[in-house]
Amino acid sequence: MITSAIIPRPLARLPWRLIFLVAGIATYGLMVLYSAAGGSLQPWAMKQGIVFLFFLTVAVGMSYLREATIKAFVFPVYIVIVLLLIAVDVLGFAAKGAQRWIDLGPISLQPSEFMKPAIALTLARFYELLPAGDVRNWRGIWPAMLLLGVPAFLILVQPDLGTCIMVVLCGLTVMFLAGLPLWLFVAPVVAIGVAAPIVYSMLHGYQRKRIDTFLDPESDPLGSGYHIAQSKIAIGSGGIWGKGYLNGSQSHLDYLPEGHTDFAFAALAEEWGLVGGIILILAFGLVVRWGMRVAANGRTRFAQLSAAGLTACIFFYASINLMMVMGLAPVVGVPLPLISYGGSAVMTVMICLGLLMALERQQRTQARGG
Amino acid sequence: MKHVRFTNAHQSITFSRRMMLLGGAQAAVGTLLIGRLGWLSVAQNQKYQLLSESNRVQLIPVPPRRGWIIDRRGKPLAINKASFRVDIIPQQLVDAPKVVSQLAQLMQLPADEVQRITDELKTSRGFQPVSVSDNVPYEQYAAVTVRLPELPGVSAARGFTRFYPAGSAVGQLVGYVGAASATEYEKEGKNPLLLVPGVKIGKEGLEKTLEPNLRGEPGGQRVEVTARGKLIRELDPKPDRSGNTVQLAIDADLQEYTARRMGEESGSCVILDCLTGDILAMVSMPAYDPNSFSDGIGRTEWKTMSEDPRKPLLNKVLNALYPPGSTLKPMAGLALQQHGIDPKDHIFCGGGYQLGNRFFRCLGRHGSVDMHRAIAKSCNTYFYAMSNRIGYDKIAPTARQLGLGKKFDLPVVSQNYGTIPDSEWKRRKYEQNKRLIERPDWTNSDTLNAAIGQGFVIVNPLQLAVMSARIASGRNIEPLLTGVHNKQPALIGLDPKHLETVRSGMWEVVNGDGTAGASRLPFPDIQMSGKTGTAQVRRLAASASRGQGGDWRYRDHGLFVFYAPSDKPRYAGAVVIEHGMGGARAAAPVAKDALTFLFDRNKAMQSLAALEEQWGGTLAERTARRAAAVKAAAAGAT
Repeated sequence: MITSAIIPRPLARLPWRLIFLVAGIATYGLMVLYSAAGGSLQPWAMKQGIVFLFFLTVAVGMSYLREATIKAFVFPVYIVIVLLLIAVDVLGFAAKGAQRWIDLGPISLQPSEFMKPAIALTLARFYELLPAGDVRNWRGIWPAMLLLGVPAFLILVQPDLGTCIMVVLCGLTVMFLAGLPLWLFVAPVVAIGVAAPIVYSMLHGYQRKRIDTFLDPESDPLGSGYHIAQSKIAIGSGGIWGKGYLNGSQSHLDYLPEGHTDFAFAALAEEWGLVGGIILILAFGLVVRWGMRVAANGRTRFAQLSAAGLTACIFFYASINLMMVMGLAPVVGVPLPLISYGGSAVMTVMICLGLLMALERQQRTQARGG
Repeated sequence: MKHVRFTNAHQSITFSRRMMLLGGAQAAVGTLLIGRLGWLSVAQNQKYQLLSESNRVQLIPVPPRRGWIIDRRGKPLAINKASFRVDIIPQQLVDAPKVVSQLAQLMQLPADEVQRITDELKTSRGFQPVSVSDNVPYEQYAAVTVRLPELPGVSAARGFTRFYPAGSAVGQLVGYVGAASATEYEKEGKNPLLLVPGVKIGKEGLEKTLEPNLRGEPGGQRVEVTARGKLIRELDPKPDRSGNTVQLAIDADLQEYTARRMGEESGSCVILDCLTGDILAMVSMPAYDPNSFSDGIGRTEWKTMSEDPRKPLLNKVLNALYPPGSTLKPMAGLALQQHGIDPKDHIFCGGGYQLGNRFFRCLGRHGSVDMHRAIAKSCNTYFYAMSNRIGYDKIAPTARQLGLGKKFDLPVVSQNYGTIPDSEWKRRKYEQNKRLIERPDWTNSDTLNAAIGQGFVIVNPLQLAVMSARIASGRNIEPLLTGVHNKQPALIGLDPKHLETVRSGMWEVVNGDGTAGASRLPFPDIQMSGKTGTAQVRRLAASASRGQGGDWRYRDHGLFVFYAPSDKPRYAGAVVIEHGMGGARAAAPVAKDALTFLFDRNKAMQSLAALEEQWGGTLAERTARRAAAVKAAAAGAT
């Protein structure tokens, strides 16, 4: 927050530090896209810049929403998104292929993206409404499971594993913070840990192979493993200081596939090295820390839980992508928000940030008022 | 906890506790990510840098430049000439007939070349490029290059062609190069270098035997390519290491002169430095032009050569065997003296020698002859009679001591070393093999025939040259083909007095009342010594004309062994002119001119110029004319 006599009050009240931080990350991303296009604003950097500015404006606009307004819209929006997801699945079934988009003429809509912030808000709202005594009861569990399970299933069958995982993780984070019994989270992990080897041993050879390549893509270096192998080469060859801006051979010579989308971080690390990579990770860390502070300072249960859920959304977005790109997680197709080319991730993250800014503004105004 | 009621207070405590937990987990994930990033980019940096480089940079093998072959003075015998080449890679070929016909049109390929390419494409393995042409003129190269997109499977590149400045004068000696065959590729353990278009390996002669030395190390053109194989730019090439230059003992000028001096004859000439053994000239004529192999030889050209009765593909110095005839008489003279024959003893030559009921002819009636005169006049009767006294088993060791029948340690593809017979040899040969009608025991008539270099005796011209070098220097000369030497080998262990006797006979042959009086060197102070020989192709009795006329194929071979200067021998050698009808008539003049060249080039060139006018041009001109005729025939044939 900048306090100065020159700057008008409403502007000064914006969380400028966060905005600079996010704009910084986005600028970094634009530079990566500029390099990935071989040193050209076309076809990615220019478009991405416009998209970012647009959603930044949207986010700033959203920051003026009042908590009550947000609450009022939570369930209707959730229902609309679920209906859209059903529509997408039906269309996809009709087209006999994967379908994630609803074509609305000039823009195409990916409803699953909206579900990421929506699930956090919905569950937060649910637990706010739930009496404290019911949190550890069956009544506190099954509606949440349903609220989370239905969209997760609809997204999974699209099929969009990456988004499905993110939605589930966002939802689980809210449920965890709401105070559901710990065994609910520990038991499934243990159960999967025990069951997985048994199930695996009962599978057919070709089924096992699919799981093998999913878990360890490098065992199939010419297929799905090619992506991850080339990504690791790009990151590893960058060294501490990188090969220099516009000098990444892996991305410029097309060895790194999807160097402008899912694997943009590899292209970044190749040119900017360990240092550039750490700066980006720390920048995301600061964004997440800011979000977690908003959650911790939340005055209402909804503010606490939704802020934490929205922050978790940003956190999972970035960390799943980074783990995937660095060979720590299977390739599930999650872009790096604000860096990768594509409007969806920017939109989701900026919606999350817009809502977080709205919640943060209310904390401050309430604090002042009180 | 079920019995305890979960209140708002509990809720808020749980929330902040779990927020801590969540924050910690997030920090842990962040740390993990940074750790992983550090691991990849610092700890494993080298590994990935290497992988990234091997992605980025592709190595296109660049064949090493073949080492030069130079003569004893550094004059090049085999060098590399920059050239353009066009190849077809069968693997990438889509429509073979169409591409070949297009190339034929673009490059104006003759019909037999088109046939060769079509045949090679049929038999070639997918990976082995078929050479269309190794030496493409720039205009045609450019024409092919601009059409490459329409010609899948065709590659046009710069390369080097082997060039032999002396052409056919060094044909047999140096050999030629060619693309490796499938067998050669397998034999070298599938060396990938051999598959690179334009890589030639030695196929014949010194090019083949010196291959490991001449080849060098392949380099590479390093290029940056995209994942799709598109070339971005060329990087600093990894330099190839050229093959080593190999120096020969050969004197290129002498070699070329001698080759030209052989004229239209079929034969060979070897000249050695008789003090060191360096082979100064090793000429076999007619010879192929190794340059025509460098460019890929046409089928018609090859067929013409392999059917030629003068055998241009045969190295007659090493692989042709002849009865040495009278050229062996000095050697026999040495053997006779060693076994107690006084060179002053006289034999009466009345035209032949009676052995039992068989009369062995001499070529003349020489009257009373001693050893000196017997060598000078090449009297058979003397050597019949004297050899019969001691037996051939006592002559053969001397023959071998002088290098006859021996396989020398030379970097050559093959040597036919012939036979110096003795009773043991004959028994071994004919006892075992019942199909041969010869009796297995050595007879006196065998001795008589062998004594005049006929019968079982066959040798190659190099052996004759070594023999004459050993007689001239008295040293144990070994012929040397590579390097220039100064060291004189040890004495051979023959009595100098015996050597002097036969040398005086050989001096008389040329400079006195001898058989080769017409071939004296044109210098007052330098003299040549020698010995003529005439080897019968048919038995004497079988031909009324005694091999001195008639059908070329049945004419006698003319041989001559020599050394010069007579008083202080430096050069020694042998000349064989196939079907030349006599050593004095055909062979000695060649030796005379070759030696003249060593002492006075101008004089030798003058006599050559006169001769070449008769023959219709220089060797290069005649070779070119012949090649053109063959090419025309090839074009006409198809």
